[in-house]
Parts: sequence; C-alpha cells; structure tokens
Amino acid sequence: MANFETPELQETVEIPALKQDVMSHSRPFVAKEQFQAPLGFPGELADDWKDVAITKLGELLKTNRALQVFMDSCVKCGACTDKCHYFLGTSDPRNMPVARQDLLRNVYRRYYTLPGKYFPKLVGATDLTEEVLDQWYSYFHQCSECRRCSVYCPYGIDTAEITMATRDIMNAVGKGQKYSNEIIGKVFKIGNNLGLPQPALEDTLLGLEEDVKDDTGIDVRFPLDEKGAEVLVVTPSADFFAEPHIDGLIGYAKVFHAAGISWTLSSHASEAANFGLFIGSNENMKKIAMRIREAALDLGVKRIIFGECGHAWRVAYSYLNTLAGPFDFLDPRYPVPQHICEFTHDLIQRRVITLDKSRNDHRRVTFHDSCNVARASRMGDMPGGQFVIPREVIKAACNHFYDMAPETIGEATFCCGGGGGLLTDDLLELRVKGALPRMSALKQVVEEHEVTHMAAICAICKSQFSKVLPYYGFQMDQIISVHQLVSDAIVLDGQQ
Amino acid sequence: MPIEAGGKMYETDEEGYLADLNDWNPDLATAMAKADGADLDENHWEVINFLREYYEEYQIAPAVRVLTKAIGKKLGPDKGNSKYLYELFPYGPAKQACKYAGLPKPTGCV
Repeated sequence: MANFETPELQETVEIPALKQDVMSHSRPFVAKEQFQAPLGFPGELADDWKDVAITKLGELLKTNRALQVFMDSCVKCGACTDKCHYFLGTSDPRNMPVARQDLLRNVYRRYYTLPGKYFPKLVGATDLTEEVLDQWYSYFHQCSECRRCSVYCPYGIDTAEITMATRDIMNAVGKGQKYSNEIIGKVFKIGNNLGLPQPALEDTLLGLEEDVKDDTGIDVRFPLDEKGAEVLVVTPSADFFAEPHIDGLIGYAKVFHAAGISWTLSSHASEAANFGLFIGSNENMKKIAMRIREAALDLGVKRIIFGECGHAWRVAYSYLNTLAGPFDFLDPRYPVPQHICEFTHDLIQRRVITLDKSRNDHRRVTFHDSCNVARASRMGDMPGGQFVIPREVIKAACNHFYDMAPETIGEATFCCGGGGGLLTDDLLELRVKGALPRMSALKQVVEEHEVTHMAAICAICKSQFSKVLPYYGFQMDQIISVHQLVSDAIVLDGQQ
Repeated sequence: MPIEAGGKMYETDEEGYLADLNDWNPDLATAMAKADGADLDENHWEVINFLREYYEEYQIAPAVRVLTKAIGKKLGPDKGNSKYLYELFPYGPAKQACKYAGLPKPTGCV
C-alpha cells in the first residue's frame, strides 16, 4: 500500500541533507461543495478567487495584529529551521518553518508593502498565482500547528497562526480540506466528529457499563444527557469509538464512581475537539464551542471537565470564555473548565480515590506531551502544571515511569505527526515521516529502560501512534490513554 | 473512481468508499476486496454482515469495542478481540471492513 520508505530511527535528532521538493506531491483531498457549504465556504475557485484571497489576507492582517507582526518581523536567523518534525522526517527544505511561512509572506509583501508593490524582485515578493495556491495547499497541510518552532524563534513568530491564516484564506476561495471540513459539518449536524447519533452513543455507553460490570462486578455508570448532574464531561468522540481511547473513557467513569461525584456526557456536545481551530476559522470555532455552553445550560451542571484531547484543551483553556462565555452559571469554586487529569490528580492528592500501582507492574511507561497541551495551555494553578499533573497521575498509577530525552518532551515536545487536521489516510506518508523524532526518542527509552507503553492525553496522538508505531517496528497497542492506567489501578469498593 | 462489480459500475469517493449505500451488494464487497488483493471468507462476511446490520439500526459503524464483543459472541471468545479483526482486515477493521460493507468511512480522530 505504502509507496514510500519509512525513515530509519536515530540516536539523537539529526538534521537531514536537504531534498528540494521531495514532498511537493503531498496534499490532502480537496473538500467538495457538499463539505464546504455547511461551513459557509464556496465550493470551488471562482473567477475572482485571487481578489478574494488578497482581500481576505488584508482583513486578517487588520483583525489579527499578531499576523501582521509575524509577516514583518522574521529576520531569517535560521533558529527554526531544524525544529519541525516534518522537516526532520521529510528532508524537504520547504518544511523548514521559515520557508513554509515565506510562502505566505512573499505574497503579503507583494500586495501589502510598498517595496513589494514597486520592486517585488528586490524583496522576494511574489504574485499570487494558481501555482502559489497549490504550494500553499501542499505545504500548509504539512504543518500540524504544533508550535515547536515558535519556542525557538527569538521573535516569537508563531507558525501555527500563519498556517491557520493561510488555511482560512484557502477556505475563503473555495480550496478547503476534505478531512477537516467534512468533520466540522458532522459536528453541526450530529454533534460530534464521528457523526455518532444519540441512539448509537447510548448503546455504546450501555455496552461499556456491561463490560465494566463483567470485569469488576461493579455497576459503574456512563450517564448520558442526565439533567442535574454535577459535572458535564466533554470528551473527544474517539473516546466512544476507538482503541485505546475507550479505555481512557472507562477510566474517567471509574474515577467519578469512586469519588461519588455525579456526572454526565451530552449527546449535543458529544465532542471536545474543535477543528475550527485547525482551519483558522473563528466563526466555525465559535459555533462548535457554543454547543458546550448550550449543553451545560440545558443539563444544569455546575462544572465542566474536558477529557483527554490535546487541541480541545487549548480551545477550552485559552478561548472557551471568549468563544462561549461567560460561564457565570457554573460553580465558581472550580476552574472553568477543568482538565480530567487535574480532576483526577486532585482526588488522588486528597486521598478521595485510591490507586493500587502494582496492578500496572506489567507496564513500564513513558509519557508523550501533546503539543497543544504543552505549548498552548496550562493545567492546575502552577506554571508547568500541564507537564507535572499528567506525570503525577501516571506515577500514582504505576511503579515504572521513565521520561524520554529532555529535548523531546515538555515545552520542546515533538508532535505525534498527525495533529492540526492532518490525521487522515491521504497524508499517511507525511504522518509516518513526521513521527520520526518521537519514534526515535521512544526507541531510546525502550532500549535504556525497557519501556513497554507510551501514554498520551490526546485522541489524535493516540490514533496517530496506533497507526504509525508498526512502521517503526513497534506494536500498535503500545500507545495507551493516561486514564487507562488509572482505570487499571483504581480500587473500587466491593470489586471482585 | 468507479468500481465494477457484476458487470455494473458503481460510484465511489476518493478513497474507494461507496458513494451510495443503497448500491451495495455482496459482489461489490468481493470486488473491493479483490482490488486490495484480498479474498473474503466466511469470517470476513460475519464482520461485514454485522456492520451492515448495526449501520441499519444506528446510522453509524459500531465502535471497535462493540464490534469485537459482537464477533466474540458469534464466533467464540478467542475471536472477540481487535487482534483477530486486524488479522482479517489489516488496514484496520473500522475502515477496511466499513469500506467492503458499503458504509461511509468513520471520520474524526480515529
């Protein structure tokens, strides 16, 4: 099936010899009219698409001051060039963050700077042509908006913002990406990325109640649309559907059961993910986020907790109040919103729940920091809480924990290779190659510490790793949910 | 890219999933599998038939857990796991089996 070579694992991060245009063929399927229309985007390029694109860029420069600064402030110092996992994995110099940014920057210069208008050649300004649009489509879908490069940029230029803006422009002219836009349409129509309707969700949750009963002898509930519950849990729909995600969901349910706190899922807000972020569309992001507010009001909950989903946590932590607030109807004693790891961590600290670490003695675990949690949010009330809290939860649930190399975790974490709307089979080559830095770091702890499992708190990371681990000689089930570890270790009263 | 089965052409999407669910027939599943270099035996059909039944009721493919449980009940506990399903459908039971069953591809973070 795959007509590409999986890169060889490396001892440390190596800067590859450049291979010009080697990934210029990589591009996701373009969204047809049926997937564009529900998002308010045109279905195909119109005759005046160039004018529309340039006008849209002008609007974005006005409304997003950061974008204007990012367009002007790059000094070509080169600090970002070797920081992108897609560059490291593909060797294509256009995947150096600065080179990718320049695909937009050069057009910006041509139409929005004086020297670019009069002496384009002198300042590297380029006309917007169909060829440039194709390059945008290819290379701005080779950025997972993970923001690793931004950490190293002395000017703080955020590549993700540039990618989002360019995708926003492409959608405005009718060149959207099928994967992301089809999914957003499903959220509007059905309530989640999968298109899982309420009866199917209910059936799945009832099945999980049976499974947990079979396993433990305990009636652990998975409530859906229950008015008056204390907590609304908003989690990625992959948690209802995929492996190993579903074991994480079972973990959340056991935590609520053991703590005796009432909770509910919502069929209206049955999705934590917000792909509006990926396509840089504020309107669509807002529309998706509003469903959470509506569900919280309708169900009369007092708290909102997010399940394991990376970019959802960015949207929730950083933007939820702006997009769908104010949340003054929730209990002010709790953070709005709260992360499931934060919730579980607190219960462990206060000894409300008990974990028996020895039940995970067959596992030796490492933790993959998900990019959006690591670099675009925080957790708890301390700086770096987003790194500390998930690790503390893991360490409370198992005896054997080993971090990967410091330059590959925490703030410097490498993307899984499938984030930012790229988790689609039509980009498989990119996904496999982009996973190289993480897979190399994993190999190292496997060899040094006999690590058997990598835990994560993001649905995209989990699906991406399930798919790409085998390409690098690992097993697909070596990726697990953090709350799967909790699920296996938690002591439930009356358990058989 | 249309696919031929039983002398008729059927419309599919970019990834080979059937455009119209109502077009589905067993010949089509066999033709799709053949295009992937696979032959369908009775074990594959158990999965495909279950997917179609489930879809008819719920308008979505079943969660992997729901599928493994159902197959375990029908074919015995040793087959009620995702390892078995991956042996049958190496490209992933959710996606490959859905395709042969004429169901739309599961979308999202899966």
